[in-house]
Amino acid sequence: MAATLLVGYATQQPHLYISAGITLLLKVIVIPLLLHRVITRLDVRWDVETLINIPMTMIIGIALVIFAFNLALPISKLSVSLARGTLGIALACVLLSFMMMITRSKAVPQVIGFLSMENGLFFAATSATYGMPMVVELGIALDVLVGILILGVFLFHIREQFDSLDISHLEKLKED
Amino acid sequence: MATLFFVLGIPLLGSVVLALSGHRDAGREINVAFSLGTFVATCALTTEVIAGGPLFAWNREFYIDPLNVFLVTLTAFVGLTTAIFSRPYMRVERDHGKMTPNRMRLYHSMYQLFSFTMLIALTTNNLGILWVAMEAATLTTVLLVSVYRTPASLEAAWKYFILCGVGIAQALFGTVLLYMAAEKVIGTEGGALLWTNLDAVKAQLDPAIITLAFAFLFIGYGTKVGLVPMHNWLPDAHAEGPTPVSAVLSGLLLNVAVYALLRCKVLTDGALHSQLAGQLMIAFGLLSVVVAAFFLSRQKDVKRMFAYSSIEHMGLITFAFGIGGPIANYAGLLHMTVHSLIKSGIFFAVGHATQKAGTQNMADIRGLIKVSPTVGWGLMLGSLAILGMPPFGVFASEFLILTTAMREQPWATPFLLLALGVAFAAVFSRVQPMVFGETSVRPLAHPPALLPVFAHLGLGLMLGLYIPPYLDDWYRQAARMMGG
Repeated sequence: MAATLLVGYATQQPHLYISAGITLLLKVIVIPLLLHRVITRLDVRWDVETLINIPMTMIIGIALVIFAFNLALPISKLSVSLARGTLGIALACVLLSFMMMITRSKAVPQVIGFLSMENGLFFAATSATYGMPMVVELGIALDVLVGILILGVFLFHIREQFDSLDISHLEKLKED
Repeated sequence: MATLFFVLGIPLLGSVVLALSGHRDAGREINVAFSLGTFVATCALTTEVIAGGPLFAWNREFYIDPLNVFLVTLTAFVGLTTAIFSRPYMRVERDHGKMTPNRMRLYHSMYQLFSFTMLIALTTNNLGILWVAMEAATLTTVLLVSVYRTPASLEAAWKYFILCGVGIAQALFGTVLLYMAAEKVIGTEGGALLWTNLDAVKAQLDPAIITLAFAFLFIGYGTKVGLVPMHNWLPDAHAEGPTPVSAVLSGLLLNVAVYALLRCKVLTDGALHSQLAGQLMIAFGLLSVVVAAFFLSRQKDVKRMFAYSSIEHMGLITFAFGIGGPIANYAGLLHMTVHSLIKSGIFFAVGHATQKAGTQNMADIRGLIKVSPTVGWGLMLGSLAILGMPPFGVFASEFLILTTAMREQPWATPFLLLALGVAFAAVFSRVQPMVFGETSVRPLAHPPALLPVFAHLGLGLMLGLYIPPYLDDWYRQAARMMGG
């Protein structure tokens, strides 16, 4: 959000202010509030359970960040935007949330991983370019909001059906 | 331009109306009526495009050309027949207590919204909007798949959401990179995400960025196509949702994902002057065909089996477009059309059969032909058609794909032939006892809708024997446009 605002200010592009406003409203206020309500109603605080141990996660994370910067370096040199140095950070953010979704065994961290991936992508859009066209940004914001609402409803259904939010219950459907 | 307004407006209005009234018994008829309206509007749009050539609308944000116009018509047609099929199907589901009025309302409203997102994705000229529409289509189908709220359907929907959500996020990153490359050439004001603008300057786009962009776009949209390492969501979503949803997933959603991939491939080919995009598509397409063919023989659930068959055919289509050139592109487009018609026809027959038998387990469905000859024959002929038996359209397109592969990529031909053979043995040996033999199946209270099954099979048969000149012309124009 701040990055969008900064790029918007530096380049005097009014549509980036609107974009920053939407981000603030949606991702700083609405979605965290919704998520917080869901978590309190489901009573699932503080259950971080990873499928692999923490040091291993750290090492994989470091490797992913190095990979991301390596990949982004030649590309960001070509960018015309001010915030081009941050493309590597954005890509690293996407890959780390990817890892988070894979390694967590509970449904709520998966949802958070999904959200932070969207965040990383949004960050990439402002760091690589002067922001996507307005209509596209609005569409993406709408999709994310609707998506998170559906996921929230799903959390309740999963809890109702399986009495737990452990997604290892969701492994019945596979090839035998 | 006015027609396009109707094409997009009718399903959107339909979803609103059905969100208010879809729980009533009349909801099923309203659903059919709106689908019919959409189909009529797309026919009008098609005649307009035939008469006047490609057209833009709304500040160039929408673009109709030979490549997408036939997909628009196909989408509306399958949407209509599936709505007709879902009338008796949903009546039976309600009698069985699987569909409450609230679920019925959700189902009908989402069905129309899904048609709307598909049509937006096909007609838009803006690659960003294409992404937004694909994501919205994922969201609506997630709700459709989970409509029964059983543990299995929730699991399928969750997997579908997470896998496709992650996959399609990669496509967004690819779109961002594409925009970044285009911005340098076109500038921020000139609509640097409009496909027609990108197509005009594709030779000047930076190859390094485009290579990376295509990799991300390929993974993203490839997940939606159901290409093999990313295919896990597809059989679950097909098997656990209502059968009309399986029919539209196979018949429409996968096609639209292939379409998105094709638009990106045209740009990538123009920018790179190399075969990178084609080679990726050949490799993943072939892998999908082979892996899906071997998984086919291990299936017990009839809808899962035909879902794997969809993966196989999508692989074949991707492979054909990967080879490129006028003949392979033509074959790919033809295969998209016939696969979508025949596969959704099969799902209609399968839907009636599973309702009669009360199970999706193939070992428990026996002797359909005794109880309902039309459903039995529909399933039998449909399976033969999808396996590529001669008079049907699939044979024509598979023959074209194979002969082009022999000339362009001879090493791939044995794999293709082997996979098609394995698929034939697997599907035929399962379907044969389901159709013939002694039966334990009961007749249903409501007569099944058989018009859609035979309309689809009839069209599939027609395309195998005779392709109307205007359709032939479209395919040729679209194939030329894609180059290769």
